[in-house]
Amino acid sequence: MNLDAKIPAGKISEKWSNHKAHLKLVNPANRRKYHVIVVGSGLAGGAAAASLGEMGYNVSCFCYQDSPRRAHSIAAQGGINAAKNYQNDGDSIYRLFYDTVKGGDFRAREANVYRLAEVSGNIIDQAVATGVPFAREYGGLLDNRSFGGAQVSRTFYARGQTGQQLLLGAYGALSRQIGLGTVKMYNRHEMLDLVVVNGHAKGIITRNMVDGKIEAWNADCVVVCTGGYGNVFFLSTNAQGCNVTAAYRCYKRGAGFANPCFTQIHPTCIPVHGDQQSKLTLMSESLRNDGRVWAPKTRELAQKILKGELKPGDLSEADRDYYLERKYPSFGNLAPRDISSRAAKEACDDKRGIAPGSGLGVYLDFRDAINRLGENKIRERYGNLFEMYECITGENPYKSPMMIFPAVHYTMGGLWVDYNLQSNIPGLFVGGEANFSDHGANRLGASALMQGLADGYFVLPATVSDYLASCGLGGAPSIDLPEYKEVKAQVEDRTKKLMSVKGDVSPRAIHQKLGHIMWEKCGMARTKEGLTQAIQEIKELRGEFWKKVRVVGEGESLNPELERAGRLADFLEFGEIMCHDALIREESCGGHFRVEHQDAGEAKRDDANFAHVAVWEYTGDDKMPIRHQEELKYEEVKLATRSYK
Amino acid sequence: MSSEEKTLNLTIRVWRQKTRLSKGEFKEYKVKNISTGSSFLEMIDILNEQLVEANEEPIAFDHDCREGICGMCSMTINGLPHGPLQGVTTCQVHMRHFKDGETITIEPWRAKPFPVIKDLVVDRTAFERITQTGGFISIRTGSAIDANIIPIPKAVADRAMDAAECIGCGACVAACPNAAAMLYVGAKVSHFNSLPQGKAEKDIRTLAMVEAMDAEGFGNCTNYGECQAVCPKGITLDFIAQLNRDYATAKIKGIFKSTGKKRAGG
Repeated sequence: MNLDAKIPAGKISEKWSNHKAHLKLVNPANRRKYHVIVVGSGLAGGAAAASLGEMGYNVSCFCYQDSPRRAHSIAAQGGINAAKNYQNDGDSIYRLFYDTVKGGDFRAREANVYRLAEVSGNIIDQAVATGVPFAREYGGLLDNRSFGGAQVSRTFYARGQTGQQLLLGAYGALSRQIGLGTVKMYNRHEMLDLVVVNGHAKGIITRNMVDGKIEAWNADCVVVCTGGYGNVFFLSTNAQGCNVTAAYRCYKRGAGFANPCFTQIHPTCIPVHGDQQSKLTLMSESLRNDGRVWAPKTRELAQKILKGELKPGDLSEADRDYYLERKYPSFGNLAPRDISSRAAKEACDDKRGIAPGSGLGVYLDFRDAINRLGENKIRERYGNLFEMYECITGENPYKSPMMIFPAVHYTMGGLWVDYNLQSNIPGLFVGGEANFSDHGANRLGASALMQGLADGYFVLPATVSDYLASCGLGGAPSIDLPEYKEVKAQVEDRTKKLMSVKGDVSPRAIHQKLGHIMWEKCGMARTKEGLTQAIQEIKELRGEFWKKVRVVGEGESLNPELERAGRLADFLEFGEIMCHDALIREESCGGHFRVEHQDAGEAKRDDANFAHVAVWEYTGDDKMPIRHQEELKYEEVKLATRSYK
Repeated sequence: MSSEEKTLNLTIRVWRQKTRLSKGEFKEYKVKNISTGSSFLEMIDILNEQLVEANEEPIAFDHDCREGICGMCSMTINGLPHGPLQGVTTCQVHMRHFKDGETITIEPWRAKPFPVIKDLVVDRTAFERITQTGGFISIRTGSAIDANIIPIPKAVADRAMDAAECIGCGACVAACPNAAAMLYVGAKVSHFNSLPQGKAEKDIRTLAMVEAMDAEGFGNCTNYGECQAVCPKGITLDFIAQLNRDYATAKIKGIFKSTGKKRAGG
């Protein structure tokens, strides 16, 4: 497997501009002759499709929702980072780059991260120009707030709906191109496979989710921006439809899958309420600007709260353990996500958790902020988040503290890409959460929106053009080639196979079991023993799935059960690779915490043996994939133990 | 999560329709032991698991984020789009708001421009086509000026944000006796027309979007106010007022000079 990252030579601050100056271009008059497929319409896919359309390429964009505006980028609440230094607090491109590399626990690629920081300012400019109504100060200029892992205020936000507003900006640009005819939009279409012709990605197979029609599409190149795979855990903060299928199908066609075990468990989600639950809801990290995280100091106090004998408000200052402030005084409640999540788990493992039923929960308390700033100020900052909390739990967080617990939120792993965001299959580009490159082993808050838009607005349009310029003007391969027919036939067979098992267990029930295995054994704390068991259990569950799954309804109509079964079939294979990846990575870094490798609860990295990207190559069904390595070189930021103390 | 969780037994009366063209009907199902802490859609999930067990097709419904922001979920519950609570989407309705033994009636959005695809799933692409005629600011990637060059008074930015909170779910249309889309279009137009960046295209945007809205077959606003009452994001009628005002201004200007009725170049 060719894993040349193609990092340009030269000073890190000049790499991207030098590289751009040497990328090949396509003459404006010729651009409409090239057909680009973009899969996914979130921040990365939507911005890429719109920008490529504006440039004059002939673009087809696919999404599984009924509108491109509904992609899950929309749910991001808190904000987007940019090194504008509007606050005069010492921010710079270099500092954002440094914080992001450090936040990722030194498992991200330096050159990619630098470029991300470099274009971050342009993203804010672009977003404002498209009408994104970011929060402003009375002077009319943009406001900022702080997020975890940073000591500057560089996060731009639009109430608690920053993802929605940024997506509406990209969606507007995309809608404009659809209206102009440069982009053809295919809603309610799901990508089920990738077509490779002569070693290059030249098309996809989709299922029309309304009438079940399976179709082949040819193009000069394919851009996959299909998000993350958090739903392998069944319960996560992802939307119900989020899945690994598009990325996993690319993997099965030869694309490398990088660092699949790197998942982010977000510290501030609403605790699980019972076994009927279908999803977990995030409470934005921005709340930690004013909310203080605590657990009762002793087990006895926690017990009394669980029994209803005490209310949180009854506990005096001396009885409260503000554990983040205690352990990480310089970052306090704004410690990075992986660290905050682990600290919450530690408190609960110590039986000091307070959520009714399971006990699995700690407090996020606004009492002091309300006393200091008044309820109105807090309402202005977080009103919709407080309402959302009350709506779900039936409790008023202005009166009693929120209860929170960590939940699966984001996946740093993804398809391997080089500096051009091109996978090891030429012509297959991957953007946003679907690729792996920028967040290392832990993503800092407000960095996902930044990366999605950096890829979509600024990186992909330049690098895709370079690839297209090298393709020549022959056009996409003919749709009549056997490659398209074969892959289409395979997809049709698979659909038939799913429908014909006719067992007695629902896809949902099996998904729940898979989620349980993943959360218990490949979740916040991983051990050699647990992962080895998980691999075996997933294999067995996969066997059960193909023997016992029941998919009711028809293949040729709108059939959510079939959609779920198809996605689950891929999760059942992919989950195993995650466990292999976690098992072999004998170190703790960022969100990947191996119990065997720690320093009194802090992650203990092994740079001598694991300062690399693990890239998995598919070798056949039920065969152990091959693990390749891309060594990571740190030339700008010195490898050091992360400290937020 | 509140410590006083109970369970409910319910009768669910729900619209079943196989395809766009087939005739639909209400069917009744029983569900048991629904936790009051579960969400409304989790209750439907449980009912669907029951149907799968009985080898019947589950109820098709649109949903995705399940946190009230994607705008995908769309059910009329006991006659009210998004159900009995104010200011929330269907996915945010929790079962603690229902009584044990109750019969709950669930229907799809009912409006001619939103044809039923299956059961509770409707086709809302009419909104897409309206947006494609003007729901944006025309700006190429890479040609933006620095974000702080144009100061925007906080009140103006806040008003634009109020309008931009619309999630495009279509409850406003489903609630309106005229099936008008004026709240949706009003919010879109007001978001962009309020901002200095959006002023250049104010007139052509307004004219194009209203024209597209009419062409899709949406009705006119006659001030029932149902849309505002059911909007999960609190979009208010004054955005319809702004739409009317901006439309009248654009029309009057058009009498004196051409505003470029066809939007060449968007």
